[in-house]
Amino acid sequence: MPQTRREMLLDPMVDNNPITLQVLGICSALAVTSSMQVAFVMCLAVTVVTGFSSMFISMIRNHIPGSIRIIVQMVIIASLVIMVDQVLKAYAYEISKTLSVFVGLIITNCIVMGRAEAFAMKNPPVASFIDGVGNGLGYSLILMMVAFVRELFGSGSLFGITVLHPVNDGGWYVPNGLLLLPPSAFFIIGLIIWAFRSWKPAQVEEREFEIQALGAH
Amino acid sequence: MQKPQESDPPVAKPKGPIGRFFALPPDSVPKTIFTAVSLCLVASMVVSAAAVSLRPTQEVNKLRDKQINIVQVAGLYDPDADIAESFAAFEPRIVDMETGEFTDAFDVATFDDKVAAEDPALSTRLDDDPASIGRRADYRTVYLLRDDNGDLDKVILPVHGYGLWSTMYGFIALEEDANEIFGLQFYEHGETPGLGAEITNPRWVSLWNGKKLNDVNGDLQITVAKTPSPAGEDYYVNALSGATLTSNGVNNLVRFWVSDAGFGPFLDRIKAGEV
Repeated sequence: MPQTRREMLLDPMVDNNPITLQVLGICSALAVTSSMQVAFVMCLAVTVVTGFSSMFISMIRNHIPGSIRIIVQMVIIASLVIMVDQVLKAYAYEISKTLSVFVGLIITNCIVMGRAEAFAMKNPPVASFIDGVGNGLGYSLILMMVAFVRELFGSGSLFGITVLHPVNDGGWYVPNGLLLLPPSAFFIIGLIIWAFRSWKPAQVEEREFEIQALGAH
Repeated sequence: MQKPQESDPPVAKPKGPIGRFFALPPDSVPKTIFTAVSLCLVASMVVSAAAVSLRPTQEVNKLRDKQINIVQVAGLYDPDADIAESFAAFEPRIVDMETGEFTDAFDVATFDDKVAAEDPALSTRLDDDPASIGRRADYRTVYLLRDDNGDLDKVILPVHGYGLWSTMYGFIALEEDANEIFGLQFYEHGETPGLGAEITNPRWVSLWNGKKLNDVNGDLQITVAKTPSPAGEDYYVNALSGATLTSNGVNNLVRFWVSDAGFGPFLDRIKAGEV
């Protein structure tokens, strides 16, 4: 368990990353990473929602009845997500058009619920807020890495600025169409998890069972 | 379930009915109902306050986005100019789809095409529905662009239809003969990025410029296909590779909206010089 606030914020980056170690929030990571700009706004939205939902849940944690605690958490998370969606529609209309349903789906992002249930219900508000923001940033780190690869090799651009001139516009680069489709994010996330676990072998899970050769009959 | 924490207020002796209520454990039935109701009240107030206070900005965005698309499809878009000013060159009119006549039964400023298309009183169920739209509105807003003499220069028609994943909404701009296409542009769709979403790629969009809807006999010939149409280059737009179903959707929706079930009667009136 991280002790200081600094650790609380930085621990979810690599050592306890919600995507690579806990393998949560994969669904939205697939859907919004085909361009960096969209992924960036999604990261911002998720970080804000995780941070504030953890804080508000933590503020009333001693009054939340155990029998309806999941519903209480959901109401708080859903309200925050609706607020984020409304703000995006008002001030970032173009991007909200591309994100469409995925902003609404932050409600079902396992990272938000996971932090509410695992951390905010047992810790004071400030610590919960930092923990939520930290986990949001951990999610963002992976999302931006995936989006970087997908946009650079899938469309030849970064943040919408052309880097590799694609043939469709008269250039030389033949974009890799697979990278624009959601399944490609699986491969990239898989490779990132592999890289993280080779770098930090402590993250490798113990085998639940061992495959053994059967004795000769 | 929870251990009392140091940060909790010290427990005082409960006084009066309210004090006794607050001293109840969180898991008791009255406290559970109280928490649920008060949380719902607070959450709904916060959400509705946000929705109501941001609605004017959102409406402006939506309107602006639509106007930009209309101006763009007519080839008049200038990113530096004020969009409302560019849009003022257009004359919005509501067309009765059955007769092709203009109608003043609705106010152009407040008429909402999307709402009207879903209103059973203002729309017709389609039996033959190539664009997969279910219902066709009986009244639709078109945008006229006139030259300095007041003669029709271009007409912009709203079109929509189903692609692979989504309904694609766009505008088609026709020249004054109501036959030659000036441009086609989609402003709302959910097609596959990099494949079907290439319908918004300026390079593909530019293929539409100068194509014709009907041949000299007046037969509808325009097609989006992978192989050139026997009718000739003028009636054929090369389909997007890797996006067959989206291309078919575009083909179907363009052909539907310029047919008699779509804007046909209105286009006939333009051809007769009545607009």
